[in-house]
Amino acid sequence: MKILVGIKRAVDYNVRIRVRSDGSGVETDGVKMSINPFDEIALEEALRIKEAGKAEEVIVVSIGGDEVQQQLRTGLAMGADRAIQVNTDEALQPLTVARIFAALAEQEHAGIVFLGKQAIDDDSNQVGQMTAAVWGRPQATFASKVDIDGASARVTREVDAGLETIEIDLPAVITSDLRLNEPRFVKLPDIMKAKRKPLDVVTIDALGGHAGNGISAGHHAAPDARSRGIMVEDAAALVGELKNRGLL
Amino acid sequence: MSILILAEHDGSQLNPATAKTISCAAAIGGAIDVLVLGDAIDSVAAQAASLQGVNRVLATSAPHLAAPLAVNHAAELAAAADGYSHLLGPSSTYGKDVIPHAAALLGVNQVSDIMAVDGPRAFKRPIYAGNAIVDVNVPDDQIVVGTARTASWKAASDGGSGSVEARPAAAEAAAHTRFVGLESGGGDRPDLQTADVVVSGGRALGSSENFELIYRLADKLGAGVGASRAAVDAGYVPNDMQVGQTGKIIAPDLYLAVGISGAIQHLTGIKDAGTIVAVNKDADAPIFEIADIGLVGDLFSVVPELEQLLD
Repeated sequence: MKILVGIKRAVDYNVRIRVRSDGSGVETDGVKMSINPFDEIALEEALRIKEAGKAEEVIVVSIGGDEVQQQLRTGLAMGADRAIQVNTDEALQPLTVARIFAALAEQEHAGIVFLGKQAIDDDSNQVGQMTAAVWGRPQATFASKVDIDGASARVTREVDAGLETIEIDLPAVITSDLRLNEPRFVKLPDIMKAKRKPLDVVTIDALGGHAGNGISAGHHAAPDARSRGIMVEDAAALVGELKNRGLL
Repeated sequence: MSILILAEHDGSQLNPATAKTISCAAAIGGAIDVLVLGDAIDSVAAQAASLQGVNRVLATSAPHLAAPLAVNHAAELAAAADGYSHLLGPSSTYGKDVIPHAAALLGVNQVSDIMAVDGPRAFKRPIYAGNAIVDVNVPDDQIVVGTARTASWKAASDGGSGSVEARPAAAEAAAHTRFVGLESGGGDRPDLQTADVVVSGGRALGSSENFELIYRLADKLGAGVGASRAAVDAGYVPNDMQVGQTGKIIAPDLYLAVGISGAIQHLTGIKDAGTIVAVNKDADAPIFEIADIGLVGDLFSVVPELEQLLD
């Protein structure tokens, strides 16, 4: 079985986000970029499935200009076997990204398309679900546990009501939640080895092209900030204050 | 304009996220219909029809719709979308699972987490974990598909009188996906996501045994119980209690943060709360920067005192 893992280049989760003063977007110049953390978890899980002898090959895919090769090389250093860059300078919308993954899944005969549940930049949380729809295969989103059993998988999902378990036939799309695993650290020899692993560059047109008119983004603004309130001395004063405000 | 809303429920009770999505739809304008999917759902359909602003409830009952499997529910939603200008669901894990799948079946993109409506096709939504708010526009040539950020909308009230119509299932069960089970986390306490009052504990509690203090205070207040990611990571409580960017985003009328320092990721999850109260022994904790009422003190003495005072 082959596992296709989508990894998005995104602003590192430790970076403090600043909205540009002209409202045109979020400041990304000179900002540290990393693999979207949920995608990194997806990659880690794919590697563990391979290490358990349940998959033969892990392929990392990223969509973007040559700068995404940096994240693909990191993915290869973590242990992926080869990489595919889908080359574009445009910011693509989820439905187009889903069509790309579905087309790649067909081309590669992938058993699993493994993605993060959302990217921490646009927070859309759509690509996995849309990939399943376009591909016509099962989806298991927000996974916190994945057991591969031959031609099917049992996935525990983190839902609002608790933990839901479903069983899906492969091939399928799985998206990772935060607690699925803790990704490994990359070691220096692995970075050297990763430089020799194959990295192919393909175009969007070869994968089905764009999906109609997208949703356009306009002005960006910083959120309304909450301000500091009052301090009280002790528990009695706190209860009194809450009663004054009609909250008790 | 006409809007179809996907109802969320547990088989017997309509989830309050549905009433919040109706408020988002009311801000857009036009007739509001609600689609209820499940098995033997007459009571849920009646609850939906009684919400203010609902014109018509479409109830699709079939055994394979009893479990909330996205493939099956999205197929029904997409099939029912014909003739509507908008299709909305809550930005709960259920809505996030189903709505994008349906959008893709309809061949359109989706607006996630609508927090404000500027026009029928113009919305505000948070990106970068709420650190930026972006204006988005959906092109005129397509149906608007979106999720309503539940923390941004008040629930529509009761007192409506919509009609209920049965709608036969449009698709067969997907054989490739099977529901196994649901292990619910909450117990008897109010649901964290919809409770009017929430008490959360942080790493300062020190152990899962000490978390009992938080449960007792919450029970005095009739409150839901949450936790910071630090408390979850330390193993004091299960992950479904996590409040914050990587957990649940909530908007109770009253939020009490006990022994929580206030990491950005936690604050993201509570910034729409009505009143935020913080109890922490560190006067410099970031939580005090956003708390409406702050109390510097040792939680192990403050919380039992509070409990006594509330008797």
